[in-house]
Amino acid sequence: MSSSQSPSAGALPVVSPARVLAGLCLLVPIVVVLWVPSYSKTDPALGGMPFFYWYQLMWVPLSAVFTTSAYLLLRRDEAARKAVPSVAVQVPAQPDGGEQS
Amino acid sequence: MKHVDWTAMTVFLLFFAAVTVMGFLASRWRRADDAQHLHEWGLGGRSFGTWITWFLLGGDLYTAYTFIAVPALVYGAGAAGFFAVPYTIIAYPLVFLILPRLWSVSRVHGYVTTADFVRGRYGSRGLSVAVALTGILATMPYVALQLVGIQAVLDVLGVGGSGNWFLQDLPLFLAFGVLAAYTYSSGLRAPALIAFVKDTLVYVVILVAVIYIPMRLGGYGHIFDAAAHKFTPDPVTHKAPGSLVTGPAAQWSYATLAFGSALALFMYPHSVTGVLAAKSRNTVRRNMAILPTYSLMLGLLALLGFMAIAAGVGKGDKKFNAQLAVPQLFADMFPSWFTGVAFAAIGVGALVPAAIMSIAAANLFTRNVYKEFLRPDATPADETRVAKIASLLVKVGALAFVLVMDKQAAINMQLLGGVWILQTAVALVAGLFTRWFHRWALLAGWAVGMLYGTWKAYGIASPATKHFGGSAAKIPVIGEVGYIGLTGFVLNLLVAVVLTLVLRALKAPEGADETARADYSAEAGDEAVERAPQPTLAH
Repeated sequence: MSSSQSPSAGALPVVSPARVLAGLCLLVPIVVVLWVPSYSKTDPALGGMPFFYWYQLMWVPLSAVFTTSAYLLLRRDEAARKAVPSVAVQVPAQPDGGEQS
Repeated sequence: MKHVDWTAMTVFLLFFAAVTVMGFLASRWRRADDAQHLHEWGLGGRSFGTWITWFLLGGDLYTAYTFIAVPALVYGAGAAGFFAVPYTIIAYPLVFLILPRLWSVSRVHGYVTTADFVRGRYGSRGLSVAVALTGILATMPYVALQLVGIQAVLDVLGVGGSGNWFLQDLPLFLAFGVLAAYTYSSGLRAPALIAFVKDTLVYVVILVAVIYIPMRLGGYGHIFDAAAHKFTPDPVTHKAPGSLVTGPAAQWSYATLAFGSALALFMYPHSVTGVLAAKSRNTVRRNMAILPTYSLMLGLLALLGFMAIAAGVGKGDKKFNAQLAVPQLFADMFPSWFTGVAFAAIGVGALVPAAIMSIAAANLFTRNVYKEFLRPDATPADETRVAKIASLLVKVGALAFVLVMDKQAAINMQLLGGVWILQTAVALVAGLFTRWFHRWALLAGWAVGMLYGTWKAYGIASPATKHFGGSAAKIPVIGEVGYIGLTGFVLNLLVAVVLTLVLRALKAPEGADETARADYSAEAGDEAVERAPQPTLAH
């Protein structure tokens, strides 16, 4: 069903550093808030607010920072992929060595 | 008859009237040429940019009921109610990789609902209708709860609550009649436009509340002291109504509830409708990064539950309805005119999601039940007409639900709806990345998840209700108490994996996949999107 795509020379691999980093950016906030024992305590309080509450509230904007980073990383990655001539996708795959460059 | 606060009432009604006018005018807003297509009425022409989408999704996901229920839970149980914060923190990074793919494939193939996608991906009518019906079932009580939100406000305003049933519920009838009328005529454009008003009101009210109320109550230190006092175990019975931080036994349920709810959030038809109405893939991504602004508001709002404790709301009244904690706090603390503004925020806050939910349920019914099974030759204009009528029926159904059955039933059903909608996640999320799963295995997994969740929820009693009183139960194997929706999801996944292996070994027919790999990363402006068929002609 899926159209056959041949990776052309110079195309980015499926797993690129930018994609890995973006994945990690998305993973951090999820792991942090799911690790409940790390923050289910009252001290240190901040302005009268127990740790449990201000720590989680603090992670709301932090998670947005991480997600924004992932977005920027992926956008750069996609731009880099687009820069590679799209001919590779349009034209049926050539046998190795058949292409002159 | 209780005392009616006329100043607050007048302000409330003024906002309500303004929003009604906007709702009807919305049909002229960004009007398209082919108004008879379902993607016009049901998805606003798939034309919303980053900011409109931000307002729309914010207005859609953070519902009036959330504004009532989250602080009510914090008021009653303390830390357990705060799970809404990790829940909304997790939701966006979790779906960041999922929703852009759903947007792309839906844009290329003209899908209006998730069930459309499932149909196209797996070539399975059975799986598609299972997803559609689950969506409709889960959405109905959610619409009903928006009514409960409006009721809470009207109750504190002194309207309703006594007299004969007709007079008592008349304001609710009027509010919903008006809502139904402009949703009918304007479609998704109405809630999109009203969302601007709703979200602005919500931001103003919450910011004022979290600064002004603590000033009057003697600061956050005092507020949390009062809460700590309430949640101190009784020296005789050693029982406490809740706790200030999650105890060791409650941490699993806190985390699983947050994770399961986050995954379920974007399986709901109304969330998907908001996402698919975006004009580009990057619009969706950018929104995942900027929507947490609303989560911050929700977190601050949750703290209002503690403020209600400190302000002595409902103190000594054993029968006090926790749902009224926040409206009552506003009425006690704010001057009348601002109470009106705050109540308008909740009231208008109920209208936006109720409109989007009814549109989403109507889209599901029209595309995946009516066209699929009843009238395969329906024209685009037929679809739009049926969807408009279906949106009315959804609202009437929700109204009947609240009036005939008790409020508690709506709350129970909504809890159950969350468990159910999560069971569509395996087919949907897996389908966006791989075609490995077999369609029959996914259907079986869905059925197992639904049955498990319903059976477990049935067995949970709470002080308010005999069945469906909660959503946490002991997880098999692990032995900790966790969210049954997530346990059902894991079971669902296991069944789907095992049966896929079996069915593949038996060489059961796979079903046709009409999507191609490149469809999942298509962006607006791409060739594939430009030559995309009109949504209603997709099949």
